[in-house]
Amino acid sequence: MRYYTPQDEWIEVDGATATVGITDYAQGQLGDIVFVDLPEPGRTVEKGKEAAVVESVKTAADVYAPVSGTVTEVNAALADNPALVNESAEGEGWFFRLRLADPAELEGLMDQAAYQASLAAR
Amino acid sequence: MALDADLKALPLDALHRSLGARMVPFAGHAMPLHYSEGVIAEHLWTRAHAGLFDVSHMGQLQLSGEGAAHWLETLCPGDFTGLRPGRMRYSLLLAEDGGILDDLMVTNAGDRLDLVVNGATREADLAHMAARLAPGLALVHRDDLALLALQGPDAAAVIARLGAVPAAPGGVAVDALKFLQAGSFVWRGVPLAVSRSGYTGEDGFEISVPVAAAEALAGALLADPAVRPIGLGARDSLRLEAGLPLYGHDLSPATEPVEAGLAFAISKRRKMEGGFPGAARILKALFEGPARKRVGLRLEGRQPAREGAAIHAGDAEVGVVTSGGFGPSVGGAIAMGYVAASCAADGTALAIEVRGRRLPATVVPLPFWQKSYAR
Repeated sequence: MRYYTPQDEWIEVDGATATVGITDYAQGQLGDIVFVDLPEPGRTVEKGKEAAVVESVKTAADVYAPVSGTVTEVNAALADNPALVNESAEGEGWFFRLRLADPAELEGLMDQAAYQASLAAR
Repeated sequence: MALDADLKALPLDALHRSLGARMVPFAGHAMPLHYSEGVIAEHLWTRAHAGLFDVSHMGQLQLSGEGAAHWLETLCPGDFTGLRPGRMRYSLLLAEDGGILDDLMVTNAGDRLDLVVNGATREADLAHMAARLAPGLALVHRDDLALLALQGPDAAAVIARLGAVPAAPGGVAVDALKFLQAGSFVWRGVPLAVSRSGYTGEDGFEISVPVAAAEALAGALLADPAVRPIGLGARDSLRLEAGLPLYGHDLSPATEPVEAGLAFAISKRRKMEGGFPGAARILKALFEGPARKRVGLRLEGRQPAREGAAIHAGDAEVGVVTSGGFGPSVGGAIAMGYVAASCAADGTALAIEVRGRRLPATVVPLPFWQKSYAR
């Protein structure tokens, strides 16, 4: 199941773990992405707090953890090819994986239809 | 992004939007940040072919009257009385204390001097100059003119294909202008003032054209397969790689020309004679060396260090970044900033603080990217 945040992150949940990235809309707003500052595996991240930073040619933007948890893996491919985020924000351009601290935190996140509707309203 | 209603539209606003531009506020204008292909593609296209930039937000001023060049020398450190017709020179508008109020291009257009100033400082420049204007001189803001820049290795071939002819018999062909030469041309009956100049580190031209003909001229240039429209984003990354300072970031009233690395803008005669604002302070910096210097900084990786980031030498904070980002042609993160003179030598190992981490950076010669001007 995939959820979305109002800050344009997505989280794909698979049992007790989840994969996090930024949405295709977000990469389009940022423009060419040149660097992604990812959290160290083992770091605990807190729902709604900064977990990563994405740098485009235009600006730096914080990426917030959609839920709390412990980072288990980061997308190593982004180090050499951050443009993967532009090419495939919601696929190969994922940022990190985490072990969920509290699955109940997923309640209140948007599903894809709700997120698309929120974009249309911006 | 919603644009403020009080933003001015550029003469080519409709063209930018039809080309898919993302419009952003800049210097009081709605300006194209980039088009559909994005900043990096536009940057690399300009380095490989030719890019067309709408820089109509810049102020085009004309100064005329007996003694205009002498009078301009009371505000700027350039030699304008010695500037020959058809030649242009980079200069600086200086405050009384020698701080930089603006940087500008000055062209001897024969019966007048043409000045191109920054968009964000245009109104302040006009007020500064009007308050000091000598009797018998006229200063006119030509907001009925648009300004286009055509930049890149194919620019000369493109402008030759355009078919503009010299306005006066016997004038040189437009593509025969040398770097920092200017002339008057006619294209389909439209008067053009063209100079071989720019802000990208590439060969190229800047073309002043009446607003009424600007869209037709832009359309004719964009019809050339070597030309694509380029936005502000790539203009910034191109000028950063070229080591060219940006007013309001690398230059300000708090910087003087020598520490800014712009001593070349103080003409030889002016160095000997003085007589420009802040001359005592500026000449002291010139002969004794400034306390701090603008330098180029190459970071090790791709992570950009942006304006305002602190620069360290060991534990000591020795400077600040004034422009920084990703250099698409360099292939890595580059920055410019001011550092203490003792840390300004090429090869000095420094560190730039970004989000609590110190990123290794080395002082490198400017430009980051080799220029290819037609001299």
